[in-house]
Amino acid sequence: MREHRIPLIILAGLLVLPLVVREPYYQHLLILVLLWVTIGTGWNLLAGYTGQVSFGAAGFFGVGAYTAGLLSHHLGISAWWGMALGGLVAMVIAFPFGWITFPLRGAYFALGSLALGEVMRQVATSWESLTEGMVGILIMQTFISKLPYYYVALALAVGSIVLVHLVTRSKLGYYFVSIREDQDAAASIGINTTKYKMVSLAMHAFLTGMAGALYMNYMGFIDPHVVFSLHDISIMAILVAIVGGVGTLYGPAVGALIMVALQEIFRTAGFGGLKALSDAMGGGFMTVVTKYVSQAHVLAFGILVVVVIMSLPNGVVGDWARIKRVFKRG
Amino acid sequence: MAILELHEVSKNFGGLRAVDHVSLAVEAGEIFGLIGPNGSGKTTIFNLISHVYPASDGRVVFQGQDITSLKTFQICGLGVGRTFQVVKPLKRMTVLDNVIASAFLRHGTMKDARAQAEKWLDFCGLTPFASHLARGLSIASRKRLEITRAMATEPKLLLLDETAAGLNPGELDEAIALILKIRSSGVTIVIVEHIMKVIMSISDRIHCINHGQTIAQGTPQEVARDSKVIEAYLGHGGGN
Repeated sequence: MREHRIPLIILAGLLVLPLVVREPYYQHLLILVLLWVTIGTGWNLLAGYTGQVSFGAAGFFGVGAYTAGLLSHHLGISAWWGMALGGLVAMVIAFPFGWITFPLRGAYFALGSLALGEVMRQVATSWESLTEGMVGILIMQTFISKLPYYYVALALAVGSIVLVHLVTRSKLGYYFVSIREDQDAAASIGINTTKYKMVSLAMHAFLTGMAGALYMNYMGFIDPHVVFSLHDISIMAILVAIVGGVGTLYGPAVGALIMVALQEIFRTAGFGGLKALSDAMGGGFMTVVTKYVSQAHVLAFGILVVVVIMSLPNGVVGDWARIKRVFKRG
Repeated sequence: MAILELHEVSKNFGGLRAVDHVSLAVEAGEIFGLIGPNGSGKTTIFNLISHVYPASDGRVVFQGQDITSLKTFQICGLGVGRTFQVVKPLKRMTVLDNVIASAFLRHGTMKDARAQAEKWLDFCGLTPFASHLARGLSIASRKRLEITRAMATEPKLLLLDETAAGLNPGELDEAIALILKIRSSGVTIVIVEHIMKVIMSISDRIHCINHGQTIAQGTPQEVARDSKVIEAYLGHGGGN
């Protein structure tokens, strides 16, 4: 248990945090962080441990969200049932997808996975009789308070980390990493590479689909552009894992916190701080800065991510020893 | 009884016939040498046996079972281990973890796989490197890791692809000792090797190919005296 002492302390902190942080806005951000912990951890299992870099997370996220949404919309079944089903339906989608794309290796698999989210988005947009197309799906949220969503998101995030932890300590984890390191060598020691890549993909799909279904429950509204978004979901999943540390247990959790915080800071121009500063300084130069940062927040965010990745190629968790050294010297 | 048989096996790469109707039979318990000049098709034959790619023609039979169309991992599961000429260590794993990954084939639990892996590291003399990352190993140790990993799948037949290449004389003797030790443990060995000192001293029988075709087979002495073998390695005598 000793090696998990710090994570357990953090978990205890997270359990009481929303009771202290009562501002709904900050609770909302915390829920987003936890959602990204789950998605990033699932992506990390497939890409970080099994070596199959995927741009398809949005495909599974959206399928999970739509599963929950459509059950509620058409059949009047609580979207909470969609939580479990969302993960399972995403897994069902994962099988034909894996069957088609796993003969591809490296960049070619990544390109194939890029198509997944786009195909699903097109389906959700065009199949209006089922999905309402671009209009989207609106459901009644179960709770007004954010607390229930927070705790469900926390359970999902913790569950995904525990799952990855158990996997890496088992035969499954050894097989995943062997496949990542060298597929031919893995086959030569008797590993059915296609089967184990499929298992890894199914786990990734399940976690991402669950996160999608929770998103539906929490937000109450989805449309194809939101939940099948390439940059807001698929790329974000990759960034969360890369910034935190690919192939490390806690990397995606750290990455999720950093990425959601960064995104929000840029989106709101430092939580309005920049604007307050420019007002205080009586306009001029700071007003210009504020204007551009707020308008080009996606660009500024992108540049910052590039800098982080270049200076910490193994992510914050992967390069932790280096970060500590730098701070000791300084 | 022959443990491994190749019946008229061929492989075409586009218009190039890399292996041309090769037949051979490996007896259980022997060390079977496969020799030939560079590019003669030795590694291709290994890749056909372990189905890295499919044969264009012919059959591969292991212990009486046709394995021609089985997949690589299934062939390994039946008891055919192999090493790669261009070594393929699982680089970002420790030496021990490399071998544990192998041992999982026959031992399902972490505890058993680890115990087996430690046994094979000891057998192959890699125990001092157990906690090293595989990418940090010297070439001799990498070659040894290839053998250890193959042994941890508990093969009945082991295909060794140039495991002695790039070794210094001292390491060469250690490699020969290890190969003989593996044979004594009851494993049949097919070995591809360029270093004649190795192949001639340890092989029971040798099969020589050139341009994908069989040109000679027999005991090391017979093959060494064969005029076609000498010609394949040294070329024609000048002008006469």
